[in-house]
Amino acid sequence: MGNEFLPLLYSFHFYLFGLISIAAAIAFVTRKSPVAAAMWLVVTMFALAALYVMMDAQFIGVMQVLVYAGAIMVVFLFVVMLLNLGHPSELSDIRGKWGRIIAGFLGLALLAEIMTLTRSPLELKLVVPAIAVSVNSTGGIIGGVAGPLFREYLLAFELTSILLLVAIAGAVVLGRKRSAN
Amino acid sequence: MNFDLSVPTQLMQALTPDVFLMVGAMALMLVSALRPDSDEHQRLVGYCSIGVLLATLGIVIWFGSRGFTSGPGVIAVDGYRLAADMLFILAALGAIALGIEYNGREGIWNAESHVLVLFATSGMMIMAAARDLMIVFIGIEIMSIAVYVLAGMNRRSPRSAEGALKYFLLGAFSTGFLLYGIALVYGSTGSTNFTTIGHNIVQYKLAHQGMLLMGVGLLLVGFAFKVAAVPFHMWAPDVYEGAPTPITAYMAAAVKAAAFATFLRLWRESFDLLDFAWLMPVWWIAAATMIYGNLVALAQRNVKRLLAYSSIVHSGYLLVAIAAGTNSGSAAFLFYLLAYTLATFGAFAVVCAMSRPGDRDLEITDYEGLWRVRPGLAIGMAICMLALLGFPVFGGAGFWAKVYVLAAAEATPFRQLMPLTVLLVLASVISAGYYLQIVRVMFMKPRPEGAQVPAATGALTRLVLAISVALVILVGLIPARAVGWARNNQPTAPVTLSTAKAP
Amino acid sequence: MLAEALALSGVLFVIGVIGVLTRRNAIIVFMSVELMLNAVNLSFVAFSKLYGATGQVFVIFVMTVAAAEAAVGLAIIISIFRHQETVNLKDINLLRG
Repeated sequence: MGNEFLPLLYSFHFYLFGLISIAAAIAFVTRKSPVAAAMWLVVTMFALAALYVMMDAQFIGVMQVLVYAGAIMVVFLFVVMLLNLGHPSELSDIRGKWGRIIAGFLGLALLAEIMTLTRSPLELKLVVPAIAVSVNSTGGIIGGVAGPLFREYLLAFELTSILLLVAIAGAVVLGRKRSAN
Repeated sequence: MNFDLSVPTQLMQALTPDVFLMVGAMALMLVSALRPDSDEHQRLVGYCSIGVLLATLGIVIWFGSRGFTSGPGVIAVDGYRLAADMLFILAALGAIALGIEYNGREGIWNAESHVLVLFATSGMMIMAAARDLMIVFIGIEIMSIAVYVLAGMNRRSPRSAEGALKYFLLGAFSTGFLLYGIALVYGSTGSTNFTTIGHNIVQYKLAHQGMLLMGVGLLLVGFAFKVAAVPFHMWAPDVYEGAPTPITAYMAAAVKAAAFATFLRLWRESFDLLDFAWLMPVWWIAAATMIYGNLVALAQRNVKRLLAYSSIVHSGYLLVAIAAGTNSGSAAFLFYLLAYTLATFGAFAVVCAMSRPGDRDLEITDYEGLWRVRPGLAIGMAICMLALLGFPVFGGAGFWAKVYVLAAAEATPFRQLMPLTVLLVLASVISAGYYLQIVRVMFMKPRPEGAQVPAATGALTRLVLAISVALVILVGLIPARAVGWARNNQPTAPVTLSTAKAP
Repeated sequence: MLAEALALSGVLFVIGVIGVLTRRNAIIVFMSVELMLNAVNLSFVAFSKLYGATGQVFVIFVMTVAAAEAAVGLAIIISIFRHQETVNLKDINLLRG
């Protein structure tokens, strides 16, 4: 962990990427054009990937870039292009007064939420000593994640294969051309 | 036999019914891809799916009779899981049997539609078995993704596509809440295992920790979305109306049952001690669901939509059983689910039989004078309506289901539930307004001039209707045995919790 | 950094929720859901620093699920576009009680 040596630099970068992610997320929800929105969402995801790396989850950071930003968002953009929705629609697609009132209430809920989250003390006896986390002596960074993935959560891992099979079959069934009867 | 779930082979053995169903579904997926879509092929795969489901049901019953147990781990091996599995399989059988004829008529010749029902059912079985939030999450997603596709299965109908879109967007939205809840529960208790969560809450006295309570609240929101409880119900009527009718029945019965079954296990095994925090929110959700759902249902003219609101109302009744939080509460809950599933399938079988291609003839006025042209359908529908209403004697299982829910709610230590039981009775009285309306229209009104006689009902649809009605009456005659079955099959609250709860 | 990460996760989650509630373009609504899932992932990673790799394993599953949902969701969006030539939720209103 870097913050024993460079606490200031570490927290500077932490806040920097945090602010980038919030700013990009706000830009994302306010853009009219789906393409612009998708690009801002990719920026948020990159900033989050940086944060993951800073929090000792390097493998997750890589996955975030490769899978989320690299694959999922590309599929989104592909569909936007396929349906030719790239131009901002003439009609603003943001809801009227009611939508904004709900949004206002949610802002308040957010405030309450953050207060609760940051103030509630965690049970320190539950905390696993840092040495046991991620820095696995033999497996390296990925080994720390792979261990539980293929031991305790083997069943969940196997079940994701069913999940993906269902998703593939479902997408094919829905996307296939209608039979000509 | 006591399974040691940390050994992969024993884990697989403990999941025998689920694995069997998944393997069967995969094999049928290959079969359905062998030939181009046609009505015959769709029927063939449908009959094979029924065979696979019946075999799975046999395995579940055999599994239950052996009295297996398991050590701690990611899944549970207990009667509760197998009882819930039986309900899901029952619903899937009904959905596929209705679907074979409905799909043939509507020109939905994708053989995959039956296979997706099998996959959704296997996801539900995983949910009922899960004792780890990670498994719960994956199970919910297997079920949901299959059902999103099923809702949009009728690709000729823009309504079906619209229903699928709404279901998908709100389902994904609710998954976000569920997941955030899981994250916060994990963050405050340091575990995703139900037993360990319950244990840590007791041992480290986490009951009043803000993060945990927020996590529980978000989980509640996520589950309320899945079971369509007010105020998280807005997707349900549109989706139920747009989806193919057999799938609507499947969603109203099985998807709801699966979400409730998981919810009950999680609440009983992990959050038993937190009743001070979740009791009142559940109270309000149940009350709002019962009252709002009933009032809106009164105004419905489309039978499919009416049944959608009726299913929202029944979520409210089931929440009362869950709020009771006792063993008799969970017994009443299972019994209610059984009665509700049977009556729902009976009613939807009639809707399937009555509708013509393109899902027309679904208005209440189309049912006028049905007694004169199709007495069998009219009697079947009447019994199912009375069962959903909980009418004494004629309502069969539906009546006893309500009695047990009321008894369970009255016997709890929580005095707050008293007004809720009054509300439940009141809501049932209001619901008579629309259930009896359908019965009245069918029997009292003359058949309007020029109204078409419904097409001959297919053999499978008749079979589903006959079996549902027969079971509703049968369970109504011997409620004690059925409730005994429900009482023997319960989620086990960890010992530490029950002892810690006693003053 | 835990408190900051959790606060950031909460802010991003609520921005996602607001996006879902205020936007009418189905694709943008769906992307807002993805933002919510990303926010949750941040929480999981933050917690995994305390409790071990379970949180990171969970993130891997969330990503898998997000990919599966994207495949099915976009197929549904394409199928509705074939019928209605729009993805604006305001214009998709055949089902009304």
